[in-house]
Amino acid sequence: MPKVKVPRKSTVIDMTAMCDVASLLLTFFILTATARQPEPLPVDTPSSTVKIKLPTTDIATVTIGEGKVFFGVAGQPVRIRTLERMGERYKIQFTDKEKVRFSLMESFGVPIGQLKQLIALDGDKRNRPGLQNGIPADSVGANPSELREWIYNARYATKELNDKELRITIKGDSDEEYPTVKKVIDILQAQEVNKFSLITSLEGAD
Amino acid sequence: MAELDSSGGGGKKKGGKVRSKKQSARVDMTPMVDLMFLLITFFMLTTTLAKPQAMDIAMPDKDEENQDQLQVADTRTMTILLGDKNKLEWYMGSIEDPKTPTPQGFGKEGIRKSILEKVKDVQAATGKGLIVLIKASDKSNYKNLVDILDEIKITNVKTYAIVDITEPEIGLLKRDGVY
Repeated sequence: MPKVKVPRKSTVIDMTAMCDVASLLLTFFILTATARQPEPLPVDTPSSTVKIKLPTTDIATVTIGEGKVFFGVAGQPVRIRTLERMGERYKIQFTDKEKVRFSLMESFGVPIGQLKQLIALDGDKRNRPGLQNGIPADSVGANPSELREWIYNARYATKELNDKELRITIKGDSDEEYPTVKKVIDILQAQEVNKFSLITSLEGAD
Repeated sequence: MAELDSSGGGGKKKGGKVRSKKQSARVDMTPMVDLMFLLITFFMLTTTLAKPQAMDIAMPDKDEENQDQLQVADTRTMTILLGDKNKLEWYMGSIEDPKTPTPQGFGKEGIRKSILEKVKDVQAATGKGLIVLIKASDKSNYKNLVDILDEIKITNVKTYAIVDITEPEIGLLKRDGVY
């Protein structure tokens, strides 16, 4: 064998730059991931193959689970205006501080009589299981149900403040019995809201 | 530099009597970068997947005075009844004279196949599209409803409606053990 030694060069690549770029990208993605609000009623939505994404403004979500109905609307000014109108309708006065606290609540489910107490509680105490039992969806005599009033006033507030139609979505638990869902759909149809959306998780097409 | 060189000059001999035997501590950053990219991919995928999807529905106008069932052409109508325990039953035509009532299951081999067949049949027979009426009984759950709507979207049926179930139809479900 010839005794020629091939001069070996070092193959170490300097990874610093790559490391910097990677950590920058990582920081970006972690910061742009919005933190999820704790919801009072965890709901397991059924899956479907539709891929239309949900908008984030002018949207109201009716969450149905365990036979209870929760309601939430997007946008702090809309929440405040809806609360004011509900106060006028049910003759309850809300202070400005309460209105601000209410505007930070993403979703809630209590009859209007208990709403003040709910607003006074702190964030994590509100979401304790068993505390919020749902908005009444049945009409009492000739008076329409509270759920109907909430939806109606949210639509009014959105039209008044943003001049847009409120988009109503239903977020139901997979195991939810159909009659509760039917009640909500009937309330919507009575208000002539015939177009709404169901929230589903992603499913691969079979 | 990427190599954390804590040796103070590699193998350079120190002058003097004290000579501590240090080895060059070079840290290779490659695995760190691998991990970073894994985490980035994870966050990229989970934030976009976490946004829930919305499935649009349009209901027919509910007229308080007119409680009749929708007037639809019986020859083009397929009615799907949602029963208990994730089972369903479908039939063609109207409830007075149901043609081919068939209990079936969900999914590709089940109801989807039937809907696709009927779409072809009705198209061949009348030249117009299939109309599907969805009637959910009290024993069905929300997932059944969403699954059926999903099948309708997949099979591309343009005309469909969610309507109330009637007594004779509940009788049909009971008869076939799906209630």
